[in-house]
Amino acid sequence: MYKIVRKEVLNSAVKLMEIEAPYVARKAEPGQFIIFRIDENGERVPLTIADSDKEKGTVTIIFQEVGKTTKQLGTLEEGDCLLDFVGPLGKASHLEGYKKVAVIGGGLGTAIAYPQAKKLHKLGAEVHVITGFRSKDLIILEKEMAEVSDRLVIATDDGSNGNKGFVTDMLKKLIEEGNRYDLVIAIGPLIMMKMVSKLTKEYGIKTLVSMNPVMIDGTGMCGGCRLTVGGKTKFACVDGPDFDGHEVDFDEAMRRQMMYKNEEKRVLEAHECRMEGMKNA
Amino acid sequence: MPNMSLNKVKIPEQEPNVRNKNFLEVALGYTEDMAKEEAQRCLNCKHRPCVAGCPVNVQIPDFIQLVAEGKFEEAYYKITETNSLPAICGRVCPQESQCEKLCVRAKKGESVGIGRLERFVADWYMANREVKPEKVKKLNKKVAVVGSGPAGLTCAGDLAKMGYDVTVFEAFHTPGGVLMYGIPEFRLPKALVQREIDNVRSLGVEIKTNMVIGKVLSIDELMEKEGFEAVFIGSGAGLPSFMGIEGENLNGVYSANEFLTRINLMKAYKFPEYDTPVKVGKNVAVVGGGNVAMDAARSAKRLGAENVYIVYRRSEAEMPARLEEIHHAREEGIIFKLLSNPTRILGTEDGWVKGIECIEMELGEPDASGRRRPVPKKGSEFVLDVETVIIAIGQTPNPLIVSTTEGLDSHKWGGIIADDETGATSKKGVFAGGDAVTGAATVILAMGAGKKAAKAIDEYLRNK
Repeated sequence: MYKIVRKEVLNSAVKLMEIEAPYVARKAEPGQFIIFRIDENGERVPLTIADSDKEKGTVTIIFQEVGKTTKQLGTLEEGDCLLDFVGPLGKASHLEGYKKVAVIGGGLGTAIAYPQAKKLHKLGAEVHVITGFRSKDLIILEKEMAEVSDRLVIATDDGSNGNKGFVTDMLKKLIEEGNRYDLVIAIGPLIMMKMVSKLTKEYGIKTLVSMNPVMIDGTGMCGGCRLTVGGKTKFACVDGPDFDGHEVDFDEAMRRQMMYKNEEKRVLEAHECRMEGMKNA
Repeated sequence: MPNMSLNKVKIPEQEPNVRNKNFLEVALGYTEDMAKEEAQRCLNCKHRPCVAGCPVNVQIPDFIQLVAEGKFEEAYYKITETNSLPAICGRVCPQESQCEKLCVRAKKGESVGIGRLERFVADWYMANREVKPEKVKKLNKKVAVVGSGPAGLTCAGDLAKMGYDVTVFEAFHTPGGVLMYGIPEFRLPKALVQREIDNVRSLGVEIKTNMVIGKVLSIDELMEKEGFEAVFIGSGAGLPSFMGIEGENLNGVYSANEFLTRINLMKAYKFPEYDTPVKVGKNVAVVGGGNVAMDAARSAKRLGAENVYIVYRRSEAEMPARLEEIHHAREEGIIFKLLSNPTRILGTEDGWVKGIECIEMELGEPDASGRRRPVPKKGSEFVLDVETVIIAIGQTPNPLIVSTTEGLDSHKWGGIIADDETGATSKKGVFAGGDAVTGAATVILAMGAGKKAAKAIDEYLRNK
């Protein structure tokens, strides 16, 4: 059993949890992920590691309540336990040797972009962070990102924070201002990573994206997470999750993400019915 | 007088049209009387050819004699002298190509039903006797076992009986390996596997789940930092092979591994009671001719598919699946498209499978495996309209451990190089066995390898 030692609500849909998992914490590197399962009937869900503390033996995850499992996870409190928590899985990001990097986080992707920015900053790179959210009240990790970046640009789709636009608009502006990045890291919704990759391809800037497809075991056994990269089939769990954004077939990845849409809706509705029933009881 | 009937005593089974809609076990097992009657078909011959056909040398005529006399408990002890998982082996061993193949009775009529009798004895014992853990003198030496499938469980059990402190590391959340994630409930009930695992635990073996060795700890760290004096690697063959044909990444294409893991380990057949779903269309094509292909096809049928095809490029004679599984699949209405090879998978505009194009094959000259090589017939392409395609053409060992362990030699195809008799690898103190060494094979061979390695590890640690 893996105890939740800290829980924080970051915005109306996003929560942070620090989980006691000493073996995982000892080895966790930015870019790697874990798989958790809440209870016996639960599914295995991959989440990228947001932070880890070797001394305390804890791993931090940040998640958005979108489906049944993440909503159920959100109802757990400090002191509660997860049944399963396995990792660290996947390859760590290669962040050594870069001078100036733009790190882009879209929505929840900001949580995964944070450890990358932190590590790059620690390695001495000049780090520009761009994060994008739908509106002002959904902004997360502003303080944390400010601490690990030389420049932080936060954009909102509706302009409610005074800076309207998409992360691609912001990136384009920074590049046009004369910033010469030797790497762009883009983490967020598939469509955002696709658009960033399209833009950076025009400028010829190397771009890493972090893929988070449906998977079961996370060790190369099921192949459910396969995607096409540079015309070849890759498994996100063992070959990634980081890939060259200019090589990823995002359209296929977006299609594959829809595979269980109906089933996900069905379990979510059943879950919400139960929760509603409990409230009324 | 022996029972001279040419046929095995029939084993009661669920009706094909009932069982292809549920996940309960197909065969119901012998009664005591049936078992005694079948046991009397054994001639108890002097040269005992059956024993030589058994990878772990179960003393077959001896245990069958005890069954004939109604001494079921003694029969159980006779089997477990050499086989620690009889309830499992009785169900999943390919008896027709091992012990039963060499049975004298098979020369005229059917062989003695050795597998059915082994299963009966194991089930009888579980139902009527309590397993008592043996008291052993502790040696205070730690051994690590990586993987909790048949190889790992056997090795761990044997080492614990010798007095070693054994810790098993399992990557999944549930121990059992392929017995849990791969073989379906209707062929091998999970409660039974769980009981075998509990037996191993009762010997004092600790099983740590959610531990991916090669990621969370390396083999070197196990030996240098965690205090294990020897390691046995039984990590199986978990990496699915794909065909590399067009359309394999369409929605609705599964590896058999993924399809079966969703169903068996994650209980997708009980969705939405369990959260993990699985998609099965009205029409399903399973590519391959082994046990895994049969398991996938029969599972798809049970999940409501109307037409389930087995697409196999050779003829039935070359199929690697157990005869019983092929027979059961046919009875349950699985359609065999033999001498057919997929050429591409066809998709709808929005990326879902709508069909599989195959080409007819004919058998040519024998190839390296000794089986006649299938050759495509020009212009014979045809399309099966299906919404689901399951690729069951084999699995190879996971490279994770080899790639993270300095000095552990492996074959190009991924198998760990290990001595046939001892399981010793190129790295001192590290032994390996089962599918991780041989590539995908059988439960009994993996168990045999686990046994041999346990003996070799004991010798190694005594002489260290």
